[in-house]
Amino acid sequence: MATTVHPEAAPHAHPTYHEVTRDIAATLGNPSRSYFLLLGVVLTVLGAGALALLYQIRWGLGVAGYTPPVMWGVYITTFVFWVGIAHSGTLISAILYLFRSAWRTAVYRTAEAMTVFAVLTAGLFPLIHVGRLWYAYWLFPYPNQRGLWVNFKSPLIWDVFAVSTYLTVSTLFLIVGLVPDIAALRDKATGWRKKLYQTTALGWRGTDQQWRHYTKAYLYLAALATPLVLSVHSVVSWDFAMSIVPGWHATIFAPYFVAGAIYSGVAMVVTLIVPIRKVFKLERYITVMHFENLSKLLLLTGMIVGYAYLTEYFVAWYSGNPYERASFWNRAFGEYWWATWTMLLCNGVLPLLLWFPKVRRSIPALFVMSLFVNLGMWFERFVIIVVSLSYEYEPYAMGHYTPSWVDWTILAGSFAWFFMWFLLFAKNFPTVSITEVKEIIPMPRRKGAHA
Amino acid sequence: MSAHPAGVLAAFRHVDEAAHAIHSLKELGYRDFTVYTPVPNYEIAAAVGHRTSPVRLWTLIGGLTGVSLGLLMTMWMSLDYPIVVGGKPIPSVIPYIVIMFELTILCGAGATILGLIVHSIRNRKAAAYDPRFTDDHIGIFVPCAMERRAAVEQLLQTSGAEEVRLEA
Repeated sequence: MATTVHPEAAPHAHPTYHEVTRDIAATLGNPSRSYFLLLGVVLTVLGAGALALLYQIRWGLGVAGYTPPVMWGVYITTFVFWVGIAHSGTLISAILYLFRSAWRTAVYRTAEAMTVFAVLTAGLFPLIHVGRLWYAYWLFPYPNQRGLWVNFKSPLIWDVFAVSTYLTVSTLFLIVGLVPDIAALRDKATGWRKKLYQTTALGWRGTDQQWRHYTKAYLYLAALATPLVLSVHSVVSWDFAMSIVPGWHATIFAPYFVAGAIYSGVAMVVTLIVPIRKVFKLERYITVMHFENLSKLLLLTGMIVGYAYLTEYFVAWYSGNPYERASFWNRAFGEYWWATWTMLLCNGVLPLLLWFPKVRRSIPALFVMSLFVNLGMWFERFVIIVVSLSYEYEPYAMGHYTPSWVDWTILAGSFAWFFMWFLLFAKNFPTVSITEVKEIIPMPRRKGAHA
Repeated sequence: MSAHPAGVLAAFRHVDEAAHAIHSLKELGYRDFTVYTPVPNYEIAAAVGHRTSPVRLWTLIGGLTGVSLGLLMTMWMSLDYPIVVGGKPIPSVIPYIVIMFELTILCGAGATILGLIVHSIRNRKAAAYDPRFTDDHIGIFVPCAMERRAAVEQLLQTSGAEEVRLEA
């Protein structure tokens, strides 16, 4: 903590450009034994998830505990969870870029990489969920013998377009941001890494012409990614809101889901950045100020989510619709009460602690809170999906769903898949942007101070 | 890696001196020099004085292509396999807006990247390079004939270059 530097408090303490390159390049290469141990654990869990999936493919979706009326369970919950995680990456990299927030530079790369890997993880779940995943290509509009096209009025098709666009655009955005950094690493690296960076730097040298086109392209990509990020989770929410299930059919869903997505994503950024900062000794670049700003984002989005919960309950009561009322009564006091109260406490009550500056500036407190927020956000989707489906209109058609070991193993496997990508990324590419951290440090001048 | 023309390569530490050197070079009529910076810099960009990058046109055309593609695809596909519900018109534009929007973003972003690649390749000039330019130095490479070298070297040196060297 003693080494942290607040740039505004002590402008003379800016690191030089050379120090930035050196310090961030030092985070790469030569992984320690504990890195391989962690990677081994992650790969083992991923292997277990893959075996559970094979088991499900062999015996069918029944092994995942699906029984009518609950035909959407842990898989769709986890799909929405991971798509949500992805959102804050684009918020930090694109929206804060357009707002010219200088503090984003130290954390945006981690957030952006997290986005890409989270969408990669989310993308698996519709495939796992459809059961016969070899027919998943039916979701795409392709010419076939029956002359049959997909139904563009279905939100599930919107989802296909939204999520695949999001994956493509966020990957492009990550790569574009990485290129100048890789070039800086190429000019320092030795051995096989030099070869890797020589190829992936795509001939970047930072010439006037390259920057001329690059800065404009980056600006327009950010401008395109901003409405995209808002649309993706809106579309995901319409998967629910377009149907007439009590507890789903509400116009509040799009903003409610977008706020929840950014909330969970910022929490995941905190979860990832705390260990990165510690392990890579980046205290000089990722300071308490960054954590405080992230926790302000958490507080804002958490309050919106809490407000949305209250609105949902209020509207269910105020509507006078008995099914809607019953559905929400069942959420709070039915057989899944524990899931609902986990969600309410973790997402609605816990973030209120962030009103205290002491909590906002305490990294251990934030880390613990981020874990609870992620837990709460997973349960939020579980509550919306499973609890609503299990308690629809007709009492004789109500049911119960208990996730099986297959569900839990595949859920654990999805975390392993995400962390595998992240671990591989963190040791081979910079998790803090070299170029953008330099950008907020004024270039040295001979005459006079920085204007 | 000596696929570049002969000339003078200078490394600067200070941005104001580099910008001044660029202005002086332009005054002497040099146009085809290359400037390297570790980060995009407004002062350098203003000194070099390029027009706004045409990449934005690619974004616009890509986005417009995407939106029309989305409209044409959804309209044609629903007319090609009509599902008549309650005698209502077959294409229903409002839900199609989602597809049109996503394709606008997808094609717009794709075209932006394509434009970035095309223009970066088209405006590529063979020039000498030094690894310090992605770290903390500003580089200027001026391709010039043998007899002009001394003058260019002199200009860069007096502007405040940390190092000036001849590149054959």
